[in-house]
Amino acid sequence: MKLTNQRIERLKDLIVELTKKEMKVRYKRSYLGYLWSVLNPLTLALIFFFAFKVVMKVGIEDYPLFLIAGLFPWQFLSNSVNAGVMAFVSNASLIKKTSFPREAIIYSIILSELIHFILSLPVIVVFLLIYGGFPTWWWLPGLVVLVVAQSLLISGIALAVASVNLFFRDLERIVSILLNLLFYATPIVYSMRIMPEGTGKMMLINPLAPLILSYQQLFLEGTLNMEYSAIAALWGIIFFLSGRLVYARLEWRLAEAL
Amino acid sequence: MTDWAIEFDDVWKSYPSYSHVKGGLKHFIFNLPSVVRRSRLANENGNGNAALSALKGVSFNVKRGEATGIIGRNGAGKSTVLGLIAGVMRPTSGRVKVNGRIAPLLELGAGFHPDLSGLENIVLNGVILGLSKAQVRRRMDEIVEFSGLADMIYQPVRTYSTGMSARLGFSVVAHLDPELLLIDEVLGVGDIDFQKRSLDKIRDFKKKGTTIVFVSHSLSDVNMICDTAIWLKGHELSMKGASEVVTRAYIDESG
Repeated sequence: MKLTNQRIERLKDLIVELTKKEMKVRYKRSYLGYLWSVLNPLTLALIFFFAFKVVMKVGIEDYPLFLIAGLFPWQFLSNSVNAGVMAFVSNASLIKKTSFPREAIIYSIILSELIHFILSLPVIVVFLLIYGGFPTWWWLPGLVVLVVAQSLLISGIALAVASVNLFFRDLERIVSILLNLLFYATPIVYSMRIMPEGTGKMMLINPLAPLILSYQQLFLEGTLNMEYSAIAALWGIIFFLSGRLVYARLEWRLAEAL
Repeated sequence: MTDWAIEFDDVWKSYPSYSHVKGGLKHFIFNLPSVVRRSRLANENGNGNAALSALKGVSFNVKRGEATGIIGRNGAGKSTVLGLIAGVMRPTSGRVKVNGRIAPLLELGAGFHPDLSGLENIVLNGVILGLSKAQVRRRMDEIVEFSGLADMIYQPVRTYSTGMSARLGFSVVAHLDPELLLIDEVLGVGDIDFQKRSLDKIRDFKKKGTTIVFVSHSLSDVNMICDTAIWLKGHELSMKGASEVVTRAYIDESG
């Protein structure tokens, strides 16, 4: 498919309107609204704080702050992938009836989760201030690089799982199990420093690890890890291109599989 | 510019039966080689065992500005024809060619979100159906006016009756300014007043030279709107011609 100007305009309009829908629908009938997107990772942080710091006395400094620095970006990923895997299934009537570019649904989900992530950044800042830190000027370029890398990564995953899920519904369950595995395979509740000698480097096979490590370093130490963020960006591009390829191959069969 | 708005040339359509994947993970893993082979076979020659045929060698043309009705029993392949015209699927073999901007009118209000207001849904639906945001905004007043929903337009769509949301859906589509209008059995909903206005609007479209494809079980509606008709029987084209002639033959056979 050629990306003409007109096609791009149309995709842009679609993504904007679908994102607005996502945001409106989420808060339309809730009283706490925005708080919900922050309460979820905060509760998780509280649970892990209790389990690993209070009970098991893990040796990581400023553990609550450390948890939050990893949990918020993780939440961005897991919310997007969970919503992404159902994206085409739950828009069955639209896909069967109209021929708009279906990928717009995926991008609008990612975009609305991205907005929630950005809205949750002040919470991270508050925790940072409590623990005597302060945001540095590195945050600006750092966040741009990491957020773009992560959005590409997530878009790729979501495009692929959303498309394949129509032909293979078991994927929903598989994805939720894999997300669980991925969570503990990524240094979010523990740090690389407390890993046994030699196993630390192995963690880097995990495409999510460099991204989360870069986020943690940016939030906690105020610096951008060039090596890790470059690897994260590379993974982002690889995942996006592969996911887009899977989607492009299945696109015209989506309507008949529903 | 050709004179044809729609060309179907020996169109076959079969849906690969996705049972080999729907059969579950155990089946999928233990029968992997045969599953893969079968699914490849089903994709390559759609008329293999694993596939369900929906259209078998259907050919017809629709002239620019003509209104054509598609009639036939349930499951004869009418919706597949519409799906192929709308471009949501591709034929297994044969050629489908459509010239012109399409406004699908399949299942009115399909894209409505129940929690959004009528107004918000107009924008969303308009953009999904191919308008730009600016175009929707320009036509907004007309659309609201035509729907006759008045102040209800600010209420969430979940509070609407079936007829009301169909009215809203039709209003959006009626203002898309399409060159090709697809209508799938929709005029049954809505009250008499709205049915009359919808028919008037469809006649307006005809006068403006819009090509119309109309799928309906109401033969009187088909006769009223359409110049020609196509009768699908058991996934094949049984008859095409002037709408009165085709509907008459259909009635005679159905007894």
